[in-house]
Amino acid sequence: MNAAGSTPRWGILLVVTALIMAAAGAYAAAAFQRFQESQAAVSAARVASGVAVLKKDSVLFRNTAPGAGYGMIGTVPLSEPAGERTLAGVACDRVYGTMESILCLKTNRGLVTNFEAVLLNPDWQPTGSWAVPGIPSRTRMSADGSLVATTVFVSGHSYGSGGFSTETSIRAPQGGGTGNLEDFALLVNGTRVTAADRNIWGVTFAPGHSDTFYATAASSGRVWLVQGSISARTLTAIHDGVECPSLSPDGTRIAFKKNTGGSLAAHWRVAFLDLGTGRETVLSETRSVDDQIEWLDDQTLLYGLARDSGSGDSDIWQIKADPAARSSLYIEHAWSPSVVR
Amino acid sequence: MYLSISDRNGGKKDLDPVATSPAGALKRPFRLSPVILWLGVVSMLTDVSSESVSAILPLYITGFLGLSIIAFGIIDGINQGASAIVRIAAGYASDRIGRPKRVALAGYGLSAVARAGLLFAGGFWALTAVVTADRIGKGIRTAPRDALIAVSAQPEYLARHFGVHRMLDNIGAASGPLLAFFILMMMPTGYTTVFVVSLAFAAVGVAVLTLLVPNLRTRTPGGLAEERRTGPVWGFRWRLLREPGLGRLLAAAGILGLLTVGDGFIYLVLQDRDSFAVQWFPLLYVGTNVVFLALAVPLGRLADRWGKARVFIAGHVALLACYLLAAAPIGGLGSTVACLVLLGAFYAATDGVLAALASQLTPPDMLATGLGAAQTVVALSRMAASVGFGVLWFALGPSGAMVVVGGSLAAAIVASWFVLRGGKRQRPAA
Repeated sequence: MNAAGSTPRWGILLVVTALIMAAAGAYAAAAFQRFQESQAAVSAARVASGVAVLKKDSVLFRNTAPGAGYGMIGTVPLSEPAGERTLAGVACDRVYGTMESILCLKTNRGLVTNFEAVLLNPDWQPTGSWAVPGIPSRTRMSADGSLVATTVFVSGHSYGSGGFSTETSIRAPQGGGTGNLEDFALLVNGTRVTAADRNIWGVTFAPGHSDTFYATAASSGRVWLVQGSISARTLTAIHDGVECPSLSPDGTRIAFKKNTGGSLAAHWRVAFLDLGTGRETVLSETRSVDDQIEWLDDQTLLYGLARDSGSGDSDIWQIKADPAARSSLYIEHAWSPSVVR
Repeated sequence: MYLSISDRNGGKKDLDPVATSPAGALKRPFRLSPVILWLGVVSMLTDVSSESVSAILPLYITGFLGLSIIAFGIIDGINQGASAIVRIAAGYASDRIGRPKRVALAGYGLSAVARAGLLFAGGFWALTAVVTADRIGKGIRTAPRDALIAVSAQPEYLARHFGVHRMLDNIGAASGPLLAFFILMMMPTGYTTVFVVSLAFAAVGVAVLTLLVPNLRTRTPGGLAEERRTGPVWGFRWRLLREPGLGRLLAAAGILGLLTVGDGFIYLVLQDRDSFAVQWFPLLYVGTNVVFLALAVPLGRLADRWGKARVFIAGHVALLACYLLAAAPIGGLGSTVACLVLLGAFYAATDGVLAALASQLTPPDMLATGLGAAQTVVALSRMAASVGFGVLWFALGPSGAMVVVGGSLAAAIVASWFVLRGGKRQRPAA
C-alpha cells in the first residue's frame, strides 16, 4: 500500500472505530444509568419497611423483584406468602436457614470474582465464612443447624480450559467437615465405582439422624440417588435417576427432579419417591424445573422457576404431592425458598 | 540452520545479497511488518471480545439464565473437537483460493456475528448455537491468519514475528476477562452490556482486518503451485505429509501434545498440594498469560538465532520442569510461582514457534493447510492428554499422575529430538 492508497482506508477505519466505540460506550452508559435507576426504583414486589425479623413459620428466599433490594434475602410468613415481604440487607445467590442460623452463598464481584459461603445469625450478622470453589448452585442445612451442605459449579476460566463439574461438601458451622464428597466411596450394587468423572450434588439431610444424608451421584451418564454416611465416608446408591433429592419433614418421601429428556437437552419433571415402597410419582408440572425442591409441609412442594430468560427474575411455585394436583404461584419475584420451622 | 524452501517474499528479497551469509549470521535488520502488526491488533481485539464473554459465560448461564452448566460443558467439549478439525479444512480452502485473507475474514466475521447473536440468544440451544458458531469461526481463522503472518515476515525473523503476534494476542486474552468483570462489578446484572462491548471489539477487529491487512497471495500464479494442483483433490494432504520436514514435525508435536495436560490440571495439582483457595485460580491463569506475552518475543528471537526446533523442544523441557515442581513434596509460594513462569515460558517457546516451524517446512501452495494440520494435531492430542490425565489422576493421585506424565514426557522429548533431527539431516545444509 502506498501512502495515497492507504489514507482513505485509515480515515474509514478511524470513523468506523469511533462510531462503534461511541455506540458501545453510549449503550454501556445508558445501561449503567438504568441500573442505578433500578437500584433506586421502587421494587416490583410489595416490600415492607424495616429490616426483616427471622420468625418461626416463615419462608426465607432470595428476592428477585427488579428494583431496590434485588438479590437480598426476603421473608414472608407462611400465613400470608403472597403478602408484603420484609428484606434483610444481605444479598445472596442461594439461601437456607433455621431459627438459629442462615447459610448464604454469594458471589463477590470484582476484577477477580470469587464465591463465598457466609453463616449469618438471626440478626443477619455474619458469624463465619469460607470460600467455595465455584458458582453457587445448592445449599441445605440440617434441621438442628449442626451441618451445612453446599454444591457449586466449578468451571474453567476460559473456553480453552473447558469442562464443568460440581463440588459438593458438608461441614459443621464451627469448622471441620467432609471435604469434597467425591472422595467418599461410591457403591452401586455393592461394587465401588472408581471412574474419574464422578459428580455429586444436591445434599439433603435426614431429620433426626446426624450421620445420614441423601444426595445425587453421577458417573458415565448414569445418575443415582445415594444414601451417604459421614462416619463411614460412603455413598450407597439406592435408586436410579433421582436428581437434587429433598427429604420431607417426616422423613418418608424424597422429592426430586426427574430428567425425562436426554443428557444434553434435559427436561426435569417434579417427582417424589416413597422411601418405604420405592414407588416414584411424577407430578403434573409440565415446565422443566431445575431446582432443589423444598417441602412446605409433608404434603406440599415448593420450587423456583425462572421468568423470561435473561430477566434475572423468577417465581416460587407450589404443588401438592399428588399426581392430580396443579401447580400454583406461591411467592412472586423470588428464588431459593427455605421454610423456617 | 534450517533452509527455508519457501519463497515467502515474492522473490524480491531473496535477491537481496545480505539476506543470509554462508555462516548463517543474520545481517538484515529486523523490521516488523505492518501486516503482522495489524494482524496482531486484530487478534488482540478479537481476544478481548471472546475472552470477556467466556470469562462470564458460566455465571451468565447458571446465575442469570438458570440453565444447567454441565450439559453446556459437554457440548463445549464437542465444539472444541469440531473446531480443531475445521482448522485443516479452512487451511485447505485458504490454499485453494490462494488468498488467506478471505478465509480469515470469514472466520473473524462468523465469530463477530456470533457475538451479535448473544444479544438475542435466550434459551439453551440458542446459546449453544452461538457458542458453536464462535468456536467454528476461531477454527476457520487460525490457519489462514498464520499463513498471512508467514508470507509477511522476513524469513530469517519468522519466529520473532510470530512472537510479536502471540504477544499482542495474549494482551487481548489477559485484558478481556478484566474488562468483563469490571463491567459486572459496576452492574451486577450487566451481562448484555458485556455482550455489546464484546461485539464492539469484534467489529473493530473485523474492520481493521478488512481495511488494513492487504489481500496477499500465498503462492505465485502460474508457478509450481499450478502444476501441483492438477493432482487429485484428496491427494494433496497425503503428499503434504510426505514433505520431509512437516510429517516429522507433526509426529513430534503429536507425541509431545499427548503428554501436555491442560493448565487447569496443573493448577489443580498445585492447589491439591498447597491447599490454597480455588478462588485464586483466575490469578494463576493471568500469571501464566502474562509470562507468555512477556516471553513471546524474546523466545521468538532466540528461535530465529538458535534454532526453532531447539526452542520448541526446550519449551517442553520447561513444561517437564513445571510437572516435576508440581509433583515435588515441598511446596509453597515460590514453587507455585516458578511453575507458572515455566508454564508461560512453555507456551511462549512452543505456540508461535510451532507455527513458524510448520510454515517453514511447508511448500507455499500448501502453507495454510500445513499450519492448520499442525494446529489440529496439537489441539486433538492435548484434548486426549486431558482425558487421559483425568484417569491417571484418579488411579494414582495428583503427584503420582504428574510423575508418570513427566517421565513419559522426558522420554518423548528425547524421541522427538531424534525425530526432528532426522528431518534436519534430510534437508540440504544452508
